[in-house]
Amino acid sequence: MKAQLQDKDKLNLAPKRFNMWIFIFTSFMFFAALTSGFIVYIGGKGHALRTVMPQAFVYSTAVIVLSSVTMYLASKAAKGLQFAKQRMFLWATFLLGVLFLVLQVYAWYVLTFKMGVFFVNPNASQSFIYVFSGMHLLHILGGLVLILISLVSAYRKTPQVINLFRMEMSSIFWHFVDIIWIYLYVFLLLNQN
Amino acid sequence: MSTLAVQDHGVGQGHHDHDHGHHHHETFLTKYIFSQDHKMIAKQFLITGIIMAVIAMVLSILFRIQLAYPEKAFPFLETLLGRFAPGGRLDTNFYLSLVTIHGTIMVFFVLTAGLSGTFSNLLIPYQLGARDMASPFMNMLSYWLFFIASVIMLGSFFTEKGPAGPGWTIYPPLSALPKAMPGSGMGMTLWLISMVLFVASQLLGGINYVSTILNMRTKGMDLWKMPLTIWAFFLTAILGVLAFPVLVAGVVLLIFDRSFGTSFYLSDIVIQNQQTTFEGGSPILFQHLFWFLGHPEVYIVIMPALGISSEVIATNSRKPIFGYHAMVYSLIGITVLSFIVWGHHMFVTGMNPFLGGVFMITTLIIAVPSAVKTFNYLATLWRGNIRFTPAMLFAIGLVSFFISGGITGIFLGNAALDINLHDTYFVVAHFHLVMGSAAIFGMLAGVYHWFPKMFGRMMDTKLGYLHFWLTFIGAYLVFFPMHFMGLDGVPRRYYSFTEIESLKQWVSVNTFITWAAILSALAQVAFLWNFFYSIFFGEKAPQNPWGSTTIEWTTPVEHIHGNWPGEIPTVYRWPYDYSKPGHDTDFIPQTTPFSQTLASNLPHDFEDNPVSLEEHKQWVNTQRSSEKEVK
Repeated sequence: MKAQLQDKDKLNLAPKRFNMWIFIFTSFMFFAALTSGFIVYIGGKGHALRTVMPQAFVYSTAVIVLSSVTMYLASKAAKGLQFAKQRMFLWATFLLGVLFLVLQVYAWYVLTFKMGVFFVNPNASQSFIYVFSGMHLLHILGGLVLILISLVSAYRKTPQVINLFRMEMSSIFWHFVDIIWIYLYVFLLLNQN
Repeated sequence: MSTLAVQDHGVGQGHHDHDHGHHHHETFLTKYIFSQDHKMIAKQFLITGIIMAVIAMVLSILFRIQLAYPEKAFPFLETLLGRFAPGGRLDTNFYLSLVTIHGTIMVFFVLTAGLSGTFSNLLIPYQLGARDMASPFMNMLSYWLFFIASVIMLGSFFTEKGPAGPGWTIYPPLSALPKAMPGSGMGMTLWLISMVLFVASQLLGGINYVSTILNMRTKGMDLWKMPLTIWAFFLTAILGVLAFPVLVAGVVLLIFDRSFGTSFYLSDIVIQNQQTTFEGGSPILFQHLFWFLGHPEVYIVIMPALGISSEVIATNSRKPIFGYHAMVYSLIGITVLSFIVWGHHMFVTGMNPFLGGVFMITTLIIAVPSAVKTFNYLATLWRGNIRFTPAMLFAIGLVSFFISGGITGIFLGNAALDINLHDTYFVVAHFHLVMGSAAIFGMLAGVYHWFPKMFGRMMDTKLGYLHFWLTFIGAYLVFFPMHFMGLDGVPRRYYSFTEIESLKQWVSVNTFITWAAILSALAQVAFLWNFFYSIFFGEKAPQNPWGSTTIEWTTPVEHIHGNWPGEIPTVYRWPYDYSKPGHDTDFIPQTTPFSQTLASNLPHDFEDNPVSLEEHKQWVNTQRSSEKEVK
């Protein structure tokens, strides 16, 4: 009875999954605050963005959308007990995530050195591009760590419940950072004049 | 008698007896330091909060001395503070730092972390019937981030130029330009680092609270059977989870302005006759981001206190809380409204008068749920069998402060009157009563009430009375005269009023306030002695010292890991069955099924359960007919 009860407590992962959802709300509020800040800023003094977004953002958006697809496939494989497939798609997601990160940094390079849109800028609406993408990159780093944790448990003989749980945590978060990037990118595109 | 089917209830069945504590090998380190047990984390939060409160109180006495005797030198200040009080008079910049750090510590470290951290951690698992929080590890992390934040905040006193000085609201440009004044330098940087850690701690805590409340309630504990404390903690946690990230966003931009040279908040700045490169920023943007957190923050401070006093007042009036549903709906109303009133802090920033009008209306609407709560407290007290325990006195004190401070809120929330009143001592008086004193009294009520649960011992009642009356009278003597100063236009945060001809007359009032403040500060010694002495030498507490209905009092006095030795009790009724007519004791615990209280059951108890309602009616009829037979 004793052992049973304790096991039940340990395997009660629902509240922990719920924690992830609340954290996503928190993160969402953070980006909502930044974008609202942008709106207040350009509304106040007649500053507009007046920047054409670098081409690299298109590629990075494509990459992160693709990574969401591979993440989905990895979850599906994990549910179907196809662990080799799960590992493969997780690696694909991880590498696409790294590629996204590289592309974002490249986009900063283009912005700064090719287009002359600096971070330190009297028109702070242009600085906001860096803040949005930079803060988003921090979330990407977090997502990559979660994917690594899922990978580790996919290689070790982790109980399937835990494996699935970790898979789910990283995929919830990864899809979320994906959506956030699309939101930020669309937001920037809509405001680029 | 036994025509009703007796409901099965799994309380206290002997063969389930097992002790979770024996399973773990606890060392000093895992038990007291890196504890993941919600009860221990609650105590850690409480004691850290008390230490921070004492420090912040001492800071306030230091600047009160300056305000009372602006011309006098006090050699002991130089001994105590060194270069911050040359010649025994407070340095002007250090005065600003004192005000800033007093505000920051009190609002965030004491009344947010100390209050929510202590009582959410203690009561959420206890009153809901959970073994621990959703994620005990996150909970531990939450405390330690808070601790590190506290250390960094206090550490800023040891920097060369002293702690942050731009006020607890850290408005740029003052906070964004390290060279603007000594308090904008290293101290400000440490303030920002400390606050980022603090917010991380609050988010970890808040996420845990929400998740635990929604997922880990015991059998039978539906949302409408939760004590009002839990409702208050729940909505507070939601507020925190939604509002704190916005502060982080504002602070991140501020850090970029300070350290990287961006111009989010800065424009046309001249320092020492030199034009800086900042251009095009808007300091108002910071105020929007700050107050979008800042206003919910004051409800993060007061709502747990309101929840605690609901519980304490109902228990000690031996009456059900008046208007339980109304209490919950007003908490929800306050939560929602608190997000759309932040503009009332910014009426005089050149805001469009129409927008100011909108914020004024939403602000004044908050008075409605607040008044509902106040009247419900009064109605609960009305004709109750009141037990004046120290906790009860503090809860009543909260109601008193909430009324007298709340009324001035109606004036301040008015966009036109605010032109005259903003940034005066009227504001200081208002928020020190309505959220400062009220929230502190709620916290103290909680400490006195749940001390037996936390430490297994009782606090001394007589010292509690002494503490209450000195603090209660002292707080009114400190903050009430400030209203009149504010109406006369005396501005807040000024170093010395003797420099200004029209304000000189207020020095005598300031002297009076300072002595009242010293009196109330000394009164806290009674509390501190009582608190720390009782932890070790207090009278041993019985299991349910206040005759409470809630289920934290069904746990053993000796703490065990997992809270209940056997199965977690099932809950059958709401938490406010006090003095129910027809029952032999004046309280019925939540764990008592209706089948055991046939004589006191009411049709109302079975509103959502037609089968039991029918059985109840049958039972009443049988009773009546047997009574007739007797006659």
